[in-house]
Amino acid sequence: MMFPASHFSLAAFSFPFMTRSTMTFRRYLVLAFVSVSAPLGDTFLDVGMKSIGPVSLTHVTTLFHAVTAPWVAGGIVLLIGFFASYLTALSWADLTFVLPATSFGNVVVALLARFWRHEQISLSRWAGIFLITAAVGFVMRGPSYTEHEKPLPSANREEVCQL
Amino acid sequence: MIALHHSGLANAAMIGSIVVAATLGDVMIASAMRQIGDLDEIKAESGLMGAIKAVVTNTRFFCGVAAMAVSFFSLLFALSHADLSLVAPASASLTVVTNTVAGKIFLKENVDRRRWLAALCVCVGVALLAR
Repeated sequence: MMFPASHFSLAAFSFPFMTRSTMTFRRYLVLAFVSVSAPLGDTFLDVGMKSIGPVSLTHVTTLFHAVTAPWVAGGIVLLIGFFASYLTALSWADLTFVLPATSFGNVVVALLARFWRHEQISLSRWAGIFLITAAVGFVMRGPSYTEHEKPLPSANREEVCQL
Repeated sequence: MIALHHSGLANAAMIGSIVVAATLGDVMIASAMRQIGDLDEIKAESGLMGAIKAVVTNTRFFCGVAAMAVSFFSLLFALSHADLSLVAPASASLTVVTNTVAGKIFLKENVDRRRWLAALCVCVGVALLAR
């Protein structure tokens, strides 16, 4: 029996993509590491470079020596770890899922500034922290990966239509 | 007045170049990772070296890294002309929105209402954090 194309309702044809959750506990840990390692790495670099002091253009080679300073070296290791886990996350989740999910790093920076560096956090910053945390909550409750359907070969498509 | 207008345009151009390069880099890298496939599966089949080889032999990945480098140097250039308190939050929050738009258009990701809302919350949240 033939159906008109407009009555054909397979999801693969009605929608160009399907979404699914690819998340496991281990993958949530990877996202948590992405969120924490970047701000922590930046903070390590900040502490290390502050201890070295301002680097002038006439002594740029100081930057090469800075790499061996423990805080700077620790920061670099953390940032390498961040990039590796960010790439891993992008291999099993959408960019539009990973970016909001890992934006919690901005909150980590603010909290590090408050409790480690003893900086004051204004009301607007607390509002920012709340909004970012809400965003992470929104996106984590949804699907993480868009599955793109490969179009069926034309011969097979005709067979399916005739079912 | 003219100088102020010019300064505003210059800032917008510098922030714009950071955002465009960062978005290009993120989209290229995300596209490369989608092309390569699930790194967990590759690692299970070919080991860690196999996974590293799969990434470092991908041309699109290097194009993405190059775009990220352009974004980084644009940021350095912008910081030498404008205030950190303007450049950092403006570029970070705009990049979230442009990445969401680019993810929908170029990566064909399913950006539903939930993801739009999350992107807008992050955008406003980053701007508020930097105040």
